[in-house]
Amino acid sequence: MRYPVLVEVRLRPGIADPAGATIERALPALGFGGVHGVRVGKAIRFTVEADDEAAARRQVEELCHRLLANPVIEDTEVFLGESAPVPA
Amino acid sequence: MSRVGVVVFPGSNCEHDVVEALEGLGAEAELVWHGATALGDVDAVVLPGGFAHGDYLRPGAIARFSQIMSAVTEFAAAGGPVVGICNGFQVLTEAGLLPGALQKNSGAKFLCSPVDLVVASTESALTCATTLGEILRLPINHFEGNYTCSAETLRELQDQDRVVLRYVRNPNGSMDDIAGVCSAGRNVVGLMPHPERACDPLLGSADGRRLLGSLLKAAGDRVRL
Repeated sequence: MRYPVLVEVRLRPGIADPAGATIERALPALGFGGVHGVRVGKAIRFTVEADDEAAARRQVEELCHRLLANPVIEDTEVFLGESAPVPA
Repeated sequence: MSRVGVVVFPGSNCEHDVVEALEGLGAEAELVWHGATALGDVDAVVLPGGFAHGDYLRPGAIARFSQIMSAVTEFAAAGGPVVGICNGFQVLTEAGLLPGALQKNSGAKFLCSPVDLVVASTESALTCATTLGEILRLPINHFEGNYTCSAETLRELQDQDRVVLRYVRNPNGSMDDIAGVCSAGRNVVGLMPHPERACDPLLGSADGRRLLGSLLKAAGDRVRL
């Protein structure tokens, strides 16, 4: 089976996010004064082949741990199979 | 005479400066391509600065899986001196050879300026020929230089005297003013400032020779500083 995957990589709370801070500072000039807590992360899409969804998830969790995120500064959330939003 | 291997990743850009600086101290230095499987007959290894693999994903994230890194890890495990400068420091943390991580500078700016550092420990492959409390002026050139780690790791680094260099005036928000740390074995050292760019008074400082001279001393060479 081939499963669609979306991995969201987020900076952990307290980790500096200059991109997020810069976007947030720009928004009031456009009239969006009520927007707070902007954080910029990464969305990584791919497909993974595995016998079943549990095996696919195990593979994805491992590759997140080994490559996609640095656990010292980042967290990941995995959306797999039906929970992975497919781009239009 | 010591032989130093200087690893070149696609996107490294300080390797020739490192070679020039080491040769100026009387060492032999050779470039080692990241795709090589062996380091050859070297007494020390330097991972230079730059943007290995374009810094894609995270600085050092892809470089740590380069073929040469297995040989570097073995060399380090055998007690060989390994120094990561700037991007090389980021590679060493990603590879797990040094603890912690380098996050974006707290001021949200790429920093490029000379800074003053204080030697916080002389017990490391990069500071063994310096004196405790000595002030060194070296340039920094980074966006992700803000050292961070868990509170537990920080305590361990402090208790084991493994913070080897601190900023006199913290430029980037680094925890505990950390500019460089060493491994538990004290032979692997990472630092954000660039000693190779401060090895001639014409460049504004020759203090980098104190650190690279220490590396050659650690490599078993006797270098007159």
